[in-house]
Amino acid sequence: MGNVSIERLARMYESMVRIRVAEDRIADLVEAGEIGCPCHLYIGQEAIASGTCEALTEKDYVWGGHRSHGHYLAKGGSLDAMMAEIFGRVTGCAEGRGGSMHLFAPEVGILGTVPLVAATIPLSVGTALASKLRRDGRVSVAFFGDGATEEGHFHESVNIAAVYRLPAIFVCENNFYASHMGLLERRAEDNIVKTAAAHGIAGASIDGNDVIAMYETATAAVERARAGEGPTLIEARTYRWRGHVGPSYDMDVGVTRKDELSEWKPRDPITRAATQLTAAGWDQTQLDAVSARVDAEVASSIARARSAPSPTAADLYTHVFHEPAGR
Amino acid sequence: MRTLTYAEALREAHAQLLSTDPTVFVFGQGLWSPWYVGSSMKDLDKEFGRDRIIDSPVSENATTGACVGAALAGMHPIVVHPRMDFMLLAVDPIVNQAANWSYMFGGKIGAPVVIRAIINRGGEQAAQHSQAVHAMFAHVPGMKVVMPATAYDAKGLLISAVYDGNPVMYIDDRWLYSEESHVPEEMYKVPIGVAAVRRPGDDVTVVASSWMTAQSMKAAEVLAAQGISCEVVDLRSIKPWDREQVFASVRKTGRLIVADSGWRTCGFSAEVAAEVAGEAFQHLRAPIARVALPDTPAPMSKILEREYYAGAERVVRAAEMLVRATAPSA
Repeated sequence: MGNVSIERLARMYESMVRIRVAEDRIADLVEAGEIGCPCHLYIGQEAIASGTCEALTEKDYVWGGHRSHGHYLAKGGSLDAMMAEIFGRVTGCAEGRGGSMHLFAPEVGILGTVPLVAATIPLSVGTALASKLRRDGRVSVAFFGDGATEEGHFHESVNIAAVYRLPAIFVCENNFYASHMGLLERRAEDNIVKTAAAHGIAGASIDGNDVIAMYETATAAVERARAGEGPTLIEARTYRWRGHVGPSYDMDVGVTRKDELSEWKPRDPITRAATQLTAAGWDQTQLDAVSARVDAEVASSIARARSAPSPTAADLYTHVFHEPAGR
Repeated sequence: MRTLTYAEALREAHAQLLSTDPTVFVFGQGLWSPWYVGSSMKDLDKEFGRDRIIDSPVSENATTGACVGAALAGMHPIVVHPRMDFMLLAVDPIVNQAANWSYMFGGKIGAPVVIRAIINRGGEQAAQHSQAVHAMFAHVPGMKVVMPATAYDAKGLLISAVYDGNPVMYIDDRWLYSEESHVPEEMYKVPIGVAAVRRPGDDVTVVASSWMTAQSMKAAEVLAAQGISCEVVDLRSIKPWDREQVFASVRKTGRLIVADSGWRTCGFSAEVAAEVAGEAFQHLRAPIARVALPDTPAPMSKILEREYYAGAERVVRAAEMLVRATAPSA
């Protein structure tokens, strides 16, 4: 467990379980037809969000994309507001305008997640630039997939963060697929982390299913960022269990993926953390208590979302422009 | 009364914003070089430091995106694109991100970013150093687009844009940089979405913005000598645009020319023409005329350029045609 306390590991474990349970329930509700908006599930990748966010404070900024339930929950976004948003209710974090791909929790540094691939990477550079100009000590983390590293957004952003030594952390969740396309069908080499060296910034390629490694690597990156030593690129290697979007397992993309999934399932980050907690002295009762707590939390969020009001037709026309408090 | 050139007014607006508000900063290519931005940013880096006047890497997309992100974090960034053509590499952060942000998140947050796009054309610069693509951005919900024609508006609209609370594309035209007008020394705002009647008249309304306002004023002089009285309405903002002022003028003159510095097809002139046809049809005494760039890319050769940018002459011809078409029979 290295230098990670059992309390910290327990917190990260509970964070991962919350993401897993919430998403398993969302998958059921999509299958049942109760949820209609596209939901991109994070199941299997939880250690990346939970380990990274454990290294952050509430004020630090976190950016995500289409697959961001995990980032939002790990950073402390309200489960009620997320569930209501996915149900399209006015009590949702975006008042039912966004759905699963548009999560928002400014009170914990989430200024909006959006599904345009790589789009929030430059935005994260912007919050990092704001922090540098204001000297507010915050760091900005961008989570994105391996597909996003093929966009110009990514390369331009890493360069800008590097040249101005911005307090930015780029976390590439390499799950080896962009939608249905395998990594080596899209790039010549499996070498995403080398982008760091090319720009003269710190880089690390780690096991993204190891929550302790994620926490420790993120902590080192946060320390560098706060010390003014510039950005870090972390390549977290992982695997998404479900398909690109929705609850299915994407078996339609071929047998290769099916074999891969059976290799990756035994590397489940949650089972791994449970084993570490047990080795450190936890018993089954404690693990069960986490599950029971999270199950109840998720069930209550779903119940509240179900009974919350939907928008009315007249709401279509509001909020095209923001109305700021008078200046 | 003190007068300044358009470029000096732009510089003064930036300087006053920077000196009164620590959340304002400017990011873009060429900010330390008069070669890119004329004298509109002259020595601002020396006065306010290169931390706040940041001459950027050649990355339109990420610099614009970074300004959107900084705006969401409470800053008031101005991102500068010394040529509007190059800004097209940054369409994602402008259209997908900044413009949608308020709506996507239920109005709980805005992206108060100013995207300053400079139209820089003529001088045989050809197709990729010439374009005026304001209509594309006016099309997008959540965007505001302003196009000042005078030094007074260049200053006041920039200040309004910075404090609007929404993404505003601020478009200035290098051809206007030496135009002079009265500019107060204090900070002031020109409201976004309010047109100005630059010249009252009775026979024909000419609705214009930016460079075409200046061209329409020239045309109005020529037409006055022929006994045709033009009312020149300078829109100042093309999104939102001042429908009421345009309708009021058309009610008076009964004839409309829409003069725009962009292309004809799906251009901004089509928007104004369609709205007037829909909302003020009963006041029209003649068909609506549009003066716009021909539907061709910008050419290089001087001969072709002269044909391409014949703004004032086309306004004169259009006005003569409209008045002839509706002249009372002898």
